[in-house]
Amino acid sequence: MGTRVSTLRTLITRYCVGEENWVDSRTIYIGHKEPPPGAEAFIQQRFPDNRIVSSKYTFWNFVPKNMFEQFRRVANFYFLIIFLVQLMIDTPTSPITSGLPLFFVITVTAIKQGYEDWLRHKADNSVNQCPIHVVQHGKVVRKQSRKLRVGDVVLMKEDETFPCDLILLSSSRDDGTCFVTTASLDGESSHKTYYAVEDTRAYNTEKEVDCIHATIECEQPQPDLYKFVGRINIYMDSEPVARPLGSENLLLRGATLKNTEYIYAVAIYTGMETKMALNYQSKTQKRSAVEKSMNAFLVVYLCILICKAFVNTLLKYVWQASPDRDEPWYNNRTDTERQRHIVVRVFTDFLAFMVLFNYIIPVSMYVTVEMQKFLGSYFIMWDDEMFDEELGERAVVNTSDLNEELGQVEYVFTDKTGTLTENNMEFIECCVDGHVYVPHAICNGQVMPGATGMDMIDTSPGPGAREHEELFFRALCLCHTVQVKEEETVDGIKHGIHQGKSTSFYISSSPDEVALVEGMTRLGFTYLRLKDSHMEILNREDEIERFQLLEVLTFDSVRRRMSVIVRDSSGELYLFCKGADSSIFPRVVSGKVDEVRARVEHNAVEGLRTLCVAYRHLSPEQYEEVCHMLNGAKLALQDRDKRLAEAYDVIEKDLILLGATAVEDRLQEKAADTIESLHKAGMKVWVLTGDKMETAAATCYASKLFHRNTQILELTTKRTEEQSLHDVLFDLSRTVLRQHGGMTRDSFSGLSGDCTDYGLIIDGATLSAVMRPTQEDYKEIFLDICRNCSAVLCCRMAPLQKAQIVKLIKASEEHPITLAVGDGANDVSMILEAHVGIGIMGKEGRQAVRNSDYAIPKFKHLKKMLLVHGHYYYIRISELVQYFFYKNVCFIFPQFIYQFFCGFSQQPLYDTAYLTLYNISFTSLPILLYSLIEQHINMDILRKDPSLYRDIAKNSLLRWPIFIYWTLLGVYDALVMFFGAYFLFNNTTFTSNGQMFGNWTFGTLIFTVLVFTVTFKLALDTHYWTWINHFVIWGSLVFFVVFSLLWGGIIWPFLNYQRMYYVFMQMLSSGPAWLSIILLIAASLLPDVLKKVICRTLWPTTTERIQTYAAFGYVPTLLDRVKAKKGCESALDYQSYVTLLDGIALREA
Amino acid sequence: MMASSYNAKDEDGHITVTGPGGGAVLRSKKPENTAFKQQRLPAWQPILTAGTVLPAFFIIGLLFIPIGIGLFVTSNNIKEFEIDYTGADTSSPCFNCSQNFSWNSTSPCTCTVPFYLEQPYESNVYVYYGLSNFYQNHRRYVKSRDDSQLNGNLKSLREPSKECEPYAYHNNKPIAPCGAIANSMFNDTLELFYNDPNGTSVKILLGTTGIAWWTDKHVKFGNPGGVDSNLSAVFQGTTKPLNWRRPVYELDSDQSNNGFVNEDFIVWMRTAALPTFRKLYRIIGKSSQMVPTLPRGNYTLEVVYNYPVRSFEGRKRMILSTISWMGGKNPFLGIAYITVGSVCFFLGVVLLVIHHKCGNRNNGAEISN
Repeated sequence: MGTRVSTLRTLITRYCVGEENWVDSRTIYIGHKEPPPGAEAFIQQRFPDNRIVSSKYTFWNFVPKNMFEQFRRVANFYFLIIFLVQLMIDTPTSPITSGLPLFFVITVTAIKQGYEDWLRHKADNSVNQCPIHVVQHGKVVRKQSRKLRVGDVVLMKEDETFPCDLILLSSSRDDGTCFVTTASLDGESSHKTYYAVEDTRAYNTEKEVDCIHATIECEQPQPDLYKFVGRINIYMDSEPVARPLGSENLLLRGATLKNTEYIYAVAIYTGMETKMALNYQSKTQKRSAVEKSMNAFLVVYLCILICKAFVNTLLKYVWQASPDRDEPWYNNRTDTERQRHIVVRVFTDFLAFMVLFNYIIPVSMYVTVEMQKFLGSYFIMWDDEMFDEELGERAVVNTSDLNEELGQVEYVFTDKTGTLTENNMEFIECCVDGHVYVPHAICNGQVMPGATGMDMIDTSPGPGAREHEELFFRALCLCHTVQVKEEETVDGIKHGIHQGKSTSFYISSSPDEVALVEGMTRLGFTYLRLKDSHMEILNREDEIERFQLLEVLTFDSVRRRMSVIVRDSSGELYLFCKGADSSIFPRVVSGKVDEVRARVEHNAVEGLRTLCVAYRHLSPEQYEEVCHMLNGAKLALQDRDKRLAEAYDVIEKDLILLGATAVEDRLQEKAADTIESLHKAGMKVWVLTGDKMETAAATCYASKLFHRNTQILELTTKRTEEQSLHDVLFDLSRTVLRQHGGMTRDSFSGLSGDCTDYGLIIDGATLSAVMRPTQEDYKEIFLDICRNCSAVLCCRMAPLQKAQIVKLIKASEEHPITLAVGDGANDVSMILEAHVGIGIMGKEGRQAVRNSDYAIPKFKHLKKMLLVHGHYYYIRISELVQYFFYKNVCFIFPQFIYQFFCGFSQQPLYDTAYLTLYNISFTSLPILLYSLIEQHINMDILRKDPSLYRDIAKNSLLRWPIFIYWTLLGVYDALVMFFGAYFLFNNTTFTSNGQMFGNWTFGTLIFTVLVFTVTFKLALDTHYWTWINHFVIWGSLVFFVVFSLLWGGIIWPFLNYQRMYYVFMQMLSSGPAWLSIILLIAASLLPDVLKKVICRTLWPTTTERIQTYAAFGYVPTLLDRVKAKKGCESALDYQSYVTLLDGIALREA
Repeated sequence: MMASSYNAKDEDGHITVTGPGGGAVLRSKKPENTAFKQQRLPAWQPILTAGTVLPAFFIIGLLFIPIGIGLFVTSNNIKEFEIDYTGADTSSPCFNCSQNFSWNSTSPCTCTVPFYLEQPYESNVYVYYGLSNFYQNHRRYVKSRDDSQLNGNLKSLREPSKECEPYAYHNNKPIAPCGAIANSMFNDTLELFYNDPNGTSVKILLGTTGIAWWTDKHVKFGNPGGVDSNLSAVFQGTTKPLNWRRPVYELDSDQSNNGFVNEDFIVWMRTAALPTFRKLYRIIGKSSQMVPTLPRGNYTLEVVYNYPVRSFEGRKRMILSTISWMGGKNPFLGIAYITVGSVCFFLGVVLLVIHHKCGNRNNGAEISN
């Protein structure tokens, strides 16, 4: 839909404004009132109406358009071509054999898509027809939503959802604010405040609103939800006033009005141009490694197909060289055939052979794979263990295409905050000028400087210090964007504070801020509310202090700080700034920098999140200047962000350091266990975080990413300042490689404790230096180092850098499968970039979840997702793919050999019904079921023994040798079946009454053996026999027999041939036929069974050993004994486990 | 390149506008704790280890070898005699007939082939004719028939299917039966004479019924106009196949074996699977318990040589065979059974050795607990 929308958009705009008239901004006349003639001339543009079209088809174009879409897929197109060839030329098999399956597939897909589109139509209609109140000529009129036009003034009431993107003009509240939840857009259920422009605030009745005479200039619609720049020109009296508009004025379609009685707003983006519509663009489709292997196999089979057809055509003409063979007297051609040119004949023959053998690439495989993926993904959603009681959420599957990729992951990139940690901030301490204040040491509002093990120099705070301390607390109470909610039922972040009798909550998009403000409450300063641009604080003496909030310099991830400018009751102006230490310290001119820095570093090592707080006095002149600068930047239509950033940069300087805060973000439950399991499963875990190095490293130690004996390699700015990047890189690589070369590392060395483990820490700045495009060899060395490190921590990362890292690893020569897991908007880029993107349903909204392929409630669920579900899906789909090719080789190869015995005449061996139904019904259900519920190992064992995951690493079940084995097995079976039947049939009687069988009995005999053999082969591969397996496997065999009896039991009136009449029954009435069927089945299955048993006995894989142990029921006891020996469960690694197990077993034997 | 998926997800841009879920919605999100959904259905979990497969190998071996021996013995007890009467060699009695063959000759060429049966044939004896290098399984040939016509459909009788081309019409008259198969029906007449040691030559009675499948004769094939119709009248307006000497309604004097339900015709119409094939021609019924059906001695095969095979280097044979419960002589099945059985048995022994040498690691644990 994405490209469609955008092309639609381009088309619309082109159509409307013409290519040359294309402008970057649009002008909207509020209430469709022309600006006064004196104003500058605006280009009148046409905008689309507010109709939302998410549907794809109309009633009329459904059939052609859907057909076109479907046949654009290569596989469908291939089958269509085969079908058309069958229709056009005289081919051995009836067009039904390929037409019916194709028709089936196309119809099912069309029905599914049609149904989905019908639902979309319904949804569109209900949205498009929903009534909207529009102000026209001073009256409120009801209009259907789709008739809304840009420029209409809309009246919205509480709990209504905005029909399009609106600019807030006025609200029922006097301060011109309104509250909105954007839950359906980004999942953040907190209430956000939006503001009306000062000049229009007063117009809050229909009549008054109708009097507004203004135009809005704003950018053309763009998908970024959080960016908007515009300008409103208000024509009052004579002089037009221009005011800036930003995203705080823009109400987005899909958001809901809350806690506000009504608002007036003007529509600026409508229909498909709303930000929501622009945002629902499709992601690029990811393809799994299995799919790539499947494609490779297909190419091989296509080559085989072409070769077969070619060889047969060639042989046909060699064989036919003598006219007696070409046209013996008993078998003449028709005249038209004779007159055909030889080239045409050869070509037709070639096509006919292609058609005869085309089943080797089965249409049903695609259907089965699709169904397997679609149905299989339900098991993830249904998983009880991935349900989180606390959040009330279960795992979500956004795409089922990648199920098996979960079993192939080699690199895990994880975010830290909210993913490894709870993102549940708790205020731990603050430090003012080196004095540490710990809230839990407060008794009755008395603040005790924390006295335990402080290495602070100044222990006697003087009066100046006291003043600083209060200023610090006030700064924290003022410098934030926290809102106070007065109801009790607020979704999302709830924090109760007691303010008189009513209960209030602090709500903010950043949990850190809430934690800080809350911490301040515990230290005696309570932030009460923001009222009439005044922030009210309850200080320690229970007095209310009021500060006028003049400006908010909002937080952004580049600056990593935010500021407020306030005026206190005495009229003094302050700028309070809080932010990351790295962004504050360079701007500080005085204050006890060293003490604070020491404390900050100390806290960071403890794994705490630290923020520094600084302030600056502003003189009224300075404030004027600041105001001027900010307004200038805010009014700019172009590059507003850049200009704002420049302005902020100028304003936030010459700061005086007050102190620092420390907030703890606790590790998520079982995060360490999960990371350890992933490590054991052979995955490399990288933590990518925006946090500072010390904090991140501490978290890494806590989450067992780094162990005590992990040798940490640092590639940070600090080191590169001392040495050149070049030297550092070479140093590190030498360290790593010496280790690598010096020891013969087996595949388990990364785990066993005696071998040094490397952990790498790199920061964003160094990374961008490494990634500089001019330094290709740096990249290589870097990758080399990373390859030998079991864990990597990347700190100080910008969101885009996270994606870059993922891309770098993806593109490295081994092309490993990557998985990115994160919870916030800053992880979206890496989630989209990685092979598999997993979203955590965290506190930072739903953006990550929305863009992910799979979403899980907690990080710990990743373990089951990968080790159990991923493993199962991979096993299942690889068997599915291999088995499908195998059974079609078995199916088609006899037909190929038969050509040598029928004069290369393309005579099919099997009846049309068998050709058609073989893949559709006789052999389809067992493999589909297998691929849905097979469990080669118990899931508890899979979870306990992460190392089993290594057994399937690197797409091991779809490697070429295994593929060749399956193909050869198929060829062997085909040879056994064909020549078995050949020697049995050759020139002898088969019945006890002397009567003879014909070619159809010959084919049916082979086909019967075939169906039984391939079904039994699957039965031999099945390790998990539920009643459904029994039902389906035996059921499909019974179905084959019943069908054959029926098919041959009646003279079918609609068929022009009755070749199968009684063939199957006659065959069953013959003793030798039974005997040979049994014999051939046994002979076909023999080598596979033998290979399985011998491999299992002589060269068992880890998986097979575990299976054997499990089958004899010894895993628990031995495991326990091993555990007891090793002392702890987590230290159990598989190699030693097996050694111990064998040791115990041998000793006791 | 082929694996473009059938997924429709990429087109899904469906926008749903939903409010934040309330408490009730959250509750219902909890997955149902059923064995199926949690993938914990009770299941039998077999694995193929040497230990479990060993008995199966031995059992298969022990079952197959006796069966094979039984089959082999049975097959050896079946008596079969085959004589080639193509007349390709100058020494062969039918050489002249094969050389002078012409479709237009009115007088049939006859040749007699003497042979000697070394053993008496006790039970029913089945007479087959065999053809070699005759591609009855050629696609153009196999489909050159009209089953609807053969079933007695009058419309198809007048308008044979297009599949019969170029054997559908002759002189604008529909051919009945149409098609290449019917046209090339085997039309040699074989007669057997027993040369009694006392000098007389006794003609052996050849049964013509029971050689085609019962269902073919009674259901699949049928004369147009019902059982008791006058065939020559029904076939009025059609013409006989080009290579036939007689029209279809003169195939046999017996009405129940005439027209489309003539058993020789039906047998021919069942196309053979391989280019060398045999077809049942006659059955020599056992006359009494005391005398063998065909006693040991000299016989003469009298052939009315109508069927040309020289042009495509084909061969014609006459086969006499007795039949057991497992059909005609076929040593392959018995040998195959013995082979597979022995292989299984041998593999069983090999596996036993492997199992004991290398597998004790796995099974050692068995003893310990």
